[in-house]
Amino acid sequence: MELVERLLRGDKRAAAKAISILEDYDKKAADVLGAIYPHTGKAHIIGITGPTGTGKSTLVFALAKEFRKRDKKVGIIAIDPTSPFTGGALLGDRIRMGNLTLDEGVFIRSMGTRGHAGGTSRATADVIKVLDAMGMQKIFAETAGAGQSEVDIARIAHTSIVVEMPGLGDDIQAMKAGILEIGDIFVVNKADLDGVDGTLANLSLAVEQEKPSGWKPKIQLTVATEDKGVSDLADLIEEHYDFLKQSGTLEAEGVERAREELRAALTHHLFLRVFERPELIGEFNNLVQMIAKKEMDPHSAAEKLLGLAGIA
Amino acid sequence: MAKLRVLVAKPGLDGHDRGAKVVARALRDGGVEVIYTGLHQTPEQIVEAAIQEDVDAIGLSCLSGAHMTLFRTVMEILKEKGIDDIVVTCGGIIPDEDVTKLKEMGIAAVFGPGTPLQTIVDFHRNIAGK
Repeated sequence: MELVERLLRGDKRAAAKAISILEDYDKKAADVLGAIYPHTGKAHIIGITGPTGTGKSTLVFALAKEFRKRDKKVGIIAIDPTSPFTGGALLGDRIRMGNLTLDEGVFIRSMGTRGHAGGTSRATADVIKVLDAMGMQKIFAETAGAGQSEVDIARIAHTSIVVEMPGLGDDIQAMKAGILEIGDIFVVNKADLDGVDGTLANLSLAVEQEKPSGWKPKIQLTVATEDKGVSDLADLIEEHYDFLKQSGTLEAEGVERAREELRAALTHHLFLRVFERPELIGEFNNLVQMIAKKEMDPHSAAEKLLGLAGIA
Repeated sequence: MAKLRVLVAKPGLDGHDRGAKVVARALRDGGVEVIYTGLHQTPEQIVEAAIQEDVDAIGLSCLSGAHMTLFRTVMEILKEKGIDDIVVTCGGIIPDEDVTKLKEMGIAAVFGPGTPLQTIVDFHRNIAGK
């Protein structure tokens, strides 16, 4: 494919078009993915997650600048929520990244979650493949502001960074399952605010336990707006990547990632088998009515649709 | 299932982004994915952001009076790069006598003060055929 050849040479316009194809999942999507797939697997994927307002975008901007200084090409995927009511989205992460737009070695793409829960979108992993294939070496995926259980990013990223800030919650919050379990590195951003000690004390529980890989989670204080602590954070990111490579974890987790990707692709394709066919969309709507009237339960209705699609 | 994507951008030095934000929000409520780039963008930055975001349209807002220069530069860079699949519209304080000139530059629509938001939303939905 000509488009793929261009993106493999680093052409940003071609990459941008390929991303849209994957996001919209149009007819060419499978061909694009198939063509770029052999060229992926070289990039270090870094997930950035954490509650709204902790400074994730600003931190990504600061990290991107730092890795540019270290001669790495940087890809950024910034995910914001899509309205579940209108399907629209206001993607505003570029506001904090404007000065990187014209840097040859940087590619930034904003994405809406498009109905996907978990802080990412269905296409996030696929879009990362485009940036990987075009030669980006450090790829940051910044999730939509996450609560306690938006942990999807850990299945996509090699290194997961959870961004917190002073004054967000007590030690019980830190003991709950979910987001605090996925962090390879915890960042306390806005560390010039009061309450850093309390946040550190709360996080100490989360970093006490080693990961199954043997990695002990680290904590870094930053003030992203002033680039404070950012260079140290970049060092920690590299340290974690080195650890993954040397311990064989990168390879082992690659199999797990492949399993998740196949699972997600399977779900998506089952969905498409129904929704690509207008007559089945009609049947879908009929079944919705029947479920609402309690004439049929949702599981039987799903079985029926799969039967009509020739799957069950 | 192609989603309509629109970049809302403020070129130049004025800091009046109320209008741009109101339009961005109206488009969002109209089911559009709006990429808002913030204040003080250069024409080069706007075009590059539009490329990377693969948008269907760019909405330019300027209230400083420098619209002729700034918008023309945006159009010139788009042409230079051979980009002909992005629709450009604009808004702001734009005198009537400039509207024709802006359209001659290739700007598809000028949405001055008082334009109903629905007009702007409908325009984008129609022109992109989505």
